[in-house]
Amino acid sequence: MIPEFGHFALILALGLALIQASVPLLGAARQRTDWMVLARPMAVGQFVFVAAAFVVLAHAFYVDDFSVRYVALNSNTALPTAYKIAAVWGSHEGSLLLWILILAGWTLGVAAASRGLPEAFAARVLGVLGLVSVGMLLFTLLTSNPFDRIFPPPVDGNDLNPLLQDPGLVMHPPLLYMGYVGLSVPFAFSVAALMTGRLSSAWARWTRPWTVGAWMFLTVGIALGSWWAYYELGWGGWWFWDPVENASFMPWLAATALIHSLAVTERRGIFKSWTLLLAIAAFTLSLLGTFLVRSGILVSVHAFASDPARGLFILLLLSAISGGALLLYAVRARRFRDEGGFRAISRESFLLINNVLLIAATAVVLLGTLYPLFSDALGFGKPSVGPPYFNIAFLIPMLPLAALVGMGMHAYWQKMSASVLMRRLRVPAGIALVFGVSLPWLLFGGAGVMTMIGVIVGCWLVLSSLLDPITRAVRNRSAPRPLPRAQWGMILAHLGVGVFILGVTVVSSYSIETDAAAVPGDRREVGGYEFIFRGTRDVQGPNYQAVEGEFEVRRDGRLVTVLAPQKRIYRVQQSPMTETAIDAGWRRDLLVALGDPLGDGAWSLRVQYRPLIRFIWLGALIMAVGGLVALSDPRYRLERQRHAAPRQAPRTAEVG
Amino acid sequence: MTPRRQRMVLVALVAAGVILSAGLALRAFQENLLYFFTPSQVMAGEAPDNRAYHLGGMVLPDSIQRDPGSLTVNFIVTDYAHSMPVSYSGVLPDLFGEDQGVVARGRPDANGLFVADEILAKHDENYMPPEIAEALAQAEQGETP
Repeated sequence: MIPEFGHFALILALGLALIQASVPLLGAARQRTDWMVLARPMAVGQFVFVAAAFVVLAHAFYVDDFSVRYVALNSNTALPTAYKIAAVWGSHEGSLLLWILILAGWTLGVAAASRGLPEAFAARVLGVLGLVSVGMLLFTLLTSNPFDRIFPPPVDGNDLNPLLQDPGLVMHPPLLYMGYVGLSVPFAFSVAALMTGRLSSAWARWTRPWTVGAWMFLTVGIALGSWWAYYELGWGGWWFWDPVENASFMPWLAATALIHSLAVTERRGIFKSWTLLLAIAAFTLSLLGTFLVRSGILVSVHAFASDPARGLFILLLLSAISGGALLLYAVRARRFRDEGGFRAISRESFLLINNVLLIAATAVVLLGTLYPLFSDALGFGKPSVGPPYFNIAFLIPMLPLAALVGMGMHAYWQKMSASVLMRRLRVPAGIALVFGVSLPWLLFGGAGVMTMIGVIVGCWLVLSSLLDPITRAVRNRSAPRPLPRAQWGMILAHLGVGVFILGVTVVSSYSIETDAAAVPGDRREVGGYEFIFRGTRDVQGPNYQAVEGEFEVRRDGRLVTVLAPQKRIYRVQQSPMTETAIDAGWRRDLLVALGDPLGDGAWSLRVQYRPLIRFIWLGALIMAVGGLVALSDPRYRLERQRHAAPRQAPRTAEVG
Repeated sequence: MTPRRQRMVLVALVAAGVILSAGLALRAFQENLLYFFTPSQVMAGEAPDNRAYHLGGMVLPDSIQRDPGSLTVNFIVTDYAHSMPVSYSGVLPDLFGEDQGVVARGRPDANGLFVADEILAKHDENYMPPEIAEALAQAEQGETP
């Protein structure tokens, strides 16, 4: 009986979503406050019922209720309890339910935090979020009901895909979805602004924290996915330009552009229609990502569903939501007039270039991701786009962007003389040049041109980000007040980009990866470390059996670590899995993976040395912390009296 | 210069940069497009000789051969109409096996041996890449493309 309660709760949630999507919007159009105020209770009710449905599904997993088809297909009595709960979002139906739960959560957040907004505006925002929710709930109920039963129920379940039995999976999808779905909030704010035809600097100030929040989750989610792929799938790679990775990366790029464009709209009252378009684009790319991943048209570990009806439904939903918003934009965008100009050298210019380059980067990824699909659909052959394309084409916009970020951070609003900017930046620029040329030689004994450029740009970003805090610390008498939190957020985020670039440059320049055949007793030197193969033994896991290799790692004769990679066979699905053994460290990671037995006790192995790879995820984490710090700035707390005319922007270097 | 002209110069510079980069990006794109072919298509001469491509099909049962202690493995990829020998040196993916779907990236040598530098296998047991499923269906119907 219990699973039917879950199904019923979802239907009730759909009913509430329908009211939320219609009555408040009509009320806002007709200025009926009694209709508008319905939005908040509906949002609360919807969250309660969706959460109830989610708990019911989790309970079905917990008690091994294999009469529910979804549980039978994705769980097993031998599965550890933590993975039973994570298995709720381990496949299509459940992950969709998670998507909806998170949307309901963000909607609840908007409902709670929107008391300071004008009633009609809040009603419109919540109404638009309700529309998105109606679409996704219909999708679940009509094509992907997680509570479907099977009869007779199997004695035991089919088990969770072994690839997904990992702590990384427990957190990766929820965080990624928090980001994906969180972009629905700036989307709803934009559509609401398009409906009213007005956009003040207060609008941008309301929208900014939501955008930064969603972006922050997306950053952590993508980084976690990359980390998971690194140790679970990838034989040591950290990014594969897989269409599914791209699907999450495109909304990130667009959201990053949106954050910067919102800053200009708030402080200077310009780029208004561009900001609105970016907000629509960012959420459209999120939905496109959902479509790519969930329709099964991609060959990937993420492509759970291969049911064409589902793909078609998401495509229709995407057209309805984004198409509707774009149509509204086409009709209304001309109403938004920019208020004031700026000179060629000014913070506005730098932010404009930032947006152009980020959108160019998004286009690069979009082309490489979608072209194979279109080509196949139109009968031009079945191509795939190799990672070298992305590596080259992505750098074209991103390298100048990274270099310009270091300058833009220090530019004033409206206008600035080039010589003042040069004078401020010549010290960090000089140090970055010296570091970039010397460090690779000192630490790694040599460098190519691209490596030096990468290290220069990375150091430049780190130093330029830290310029303000350092200058203030040195002459602390001349600093009248501490830096605002929002600016600390910006400094940290850009510092994170610098750390990330350093990591990527060093990993791609100095990694060593070798395949080898070895018998017990063999020694092999990789990256200055000696790997000694001691042999293999059989081990038993809770739901798998494995062969475990033993490797001693020595440097200059001293034992560094013992690595134990495994080759597992999961009992239920009888599928093999390679568990790479990693010795992680700030300076380098060492990896050993077992390949196949080659006969006579010999094994094929992959041994890797990856310097500074932790900087990649550390950089992403610093970016996210920057977002968190910016969010904590008191200026984002809503006050009713503050949404008046745009203020005169102060000519300081504060991005705010 | 007036602010307006300054902005125009800025816009012109940005536009020139965008066009230049788009050209470079499209070149990289064309050079890195890999097409997918089945053994039947390769036999029919549809695959290019001078650049790498993806060869896909099933691993023919009993065709996997390796010298003991060596990393090099030889096997035959088939779509049950035509077959092609493949050679690869390195660690194979987990789900590589006889009578399983496989995609190899590489190019054929002068003797018609496909030398692969990457082997992709599918992600789970029930899954077969759509290209292979399609190619198999075509081969079974005897309508070799």
